[in-house]
Amino acid sequence: MKTETEIKTESVNMARRSFLRYAGTGMAAAGLMTAASCKKNNYGPPVNTGIDIGIGDIGILNFAYALEQLEAAFYVQVIATPYSGISAYELARLTDIRDHEVCHMQFFKAALSSSAIPALTPNFSAINFTSRASVLAQAQAFEDTGVQAYNGAGYLIQSAAYLGVAGSIVSVEARHASFIRNLINPGSFADTTILDANGLDQPKTIAQVLPIANMFLSAQTQVNASNYGYIA
Amino acid sequence: MNLLGLIEEIDKADPEFQDRISPRRDAIKNITSFGSKVAIASLPFVFSTLFKKAYGQTAPSATVISTLNFALKLEFLESAFYNAGVANTTLKAQFSATELAYLTEIMGHEKEHVAFLQSVLGTNAVAQSTQGTNGTYDFTAGGTFPTVMTQSATFLTVACAFEDTGVRAYKGAAPSLIGQQVYLTAALDIHSVEARHASAIRQLLYARGVTIKPWITGANDTGVAAVNANYAGEDATVQDGINILSLPAVSGTTSATAATEAFDMPLTPAQVLPLVAPFGVM
Repeated sequence: MKTETEIKTESVNMARRSFLRYAGTGMAAAGLMTAASCKKNNYGPPVNTGIDIGIGDIGILNFAYALEQLEAAFYVQVIATPYSGISAYELARLTDIRDHEVCHMQFFKAALSSSAIPALTPNFSAINFTSRASVLAQAQAFEDTGVQAYNGAGYLIQSAAYLGVAGSIVSVEARHASFIRNLINPGSFADTTILDANGLDQPKTIAQVLPIANMFLSAQTQVNASNYGYIA
Repeated sequence: MNLLGLIEEIDKADPEFQDRISPRRDAIKNITSFGSKVAIASLPFVFSTLFKKAYGQTAPSATVISTLNFALKLEFLESAFYNAGVANTTLKAQFSATELAYLTEIMGHEKEHVAFLQSVLGTNAVAQSTQGTNGTYDFTAGGTFPTVMTQSATFLTVACAFEDTGVRAYKGAAPSLIGQQVYLTAALDIHSVEARHASAIRQLLYARGVTIKPWITGANDTGVAAVNANYAGEDATVQDGINILSLPAVSGTTSATAATEAFDMPLTPAQVLPLVAPFGVM
């Protein structure tokens, strides 16, 4: 009975809200925008239970920090349990990449200081760390997605210093991507599976990247970006 | 017409949409001022105006034009360089099939970058004929690389310097495009492709026995002193005031090797120009 009452109340609210939404007349354009910020659905605002990156430059840096945490944890595992048949060359370069990602992660942690999101818990159960094909395919996905993520979020950065350092990092991610791709398939460093017809990398929005990252994060440390249109 | 649903959809695609149409923005102020009296019938018109104001690509600013034109000049140089190398029968005889395939792939991208920047700049684009001698470059850089078109090793060295410097140049230009969603994103999307190229050329050099990694270790790690200036500052170990060497690593603190490899460093257009002027960029 109680539930029914609630549903009834909800639908009344909905009707009233719908009326306000579409009445229009006399409503200021600015008011319309405010109404639009009540988004998602008609059942109240979604509950943000995970970790949120925040907003502004801090938000973008936290977004990068989340991705670097994931990449660092991945390569730490790759080097701790190398795939079967790994060559000395591959081990050396993948160790380099591990060190770069750990460095990026620690940089963001230091730069964000008390504004940093907490440490994330990865869940790599989908990755077979004993298989070269599995590890390299995942490495490629992380690197390419990292490039797309930085490229897509770059314009949201307001500080020249932060934009500069994001630029300093993204080109290193692109160097990694090129290397990993050529390990898998020589000559695929910048092929048409990743570039568009203008020879450009294709950027991804925060809302496109985080669902991918969250597939490799524990249920307790899913990352949200409520200010950028994404809640897990 | 579900305007609010539309706004939600736009908001998902462009998180800054609400800022764009904020009444605090100058471009929007004058249309919201009559918004309070607007009749429902004219709402579509208001929205259409709002969209044009929020997204309208009015003429790019002088800064945007000069930044993109500088990028275009570098792409002209790179494009002409790979065209000349891949067409050169002496060099071609020395390249392995893998090398030729990589260089041909890169050549295609540089050509696409030229066409892309020209289309973005439209009538503001500089003409290639303004570069070098009527559009023809001196790939020896005034005699610094006399064998660039006869020795494949020299060609690959110059290619490596071009790509690594291109990465630095786009990076250095980015701050002048801050907040420009369309232009900055385009520059970033080219920037990362140049980095993919740089990494690939370095992989080719490594395969030839050169001690070099896909990423830049320290400053000039190519073993060719003539390109020292192209790598000046790449050995930085402080980023945004943070000493990278003091940061924790997997064991101990970060090594200078990792600290310099993990960050590519920018060059401003004023720093890049002297590096490419000997080839004919002006």
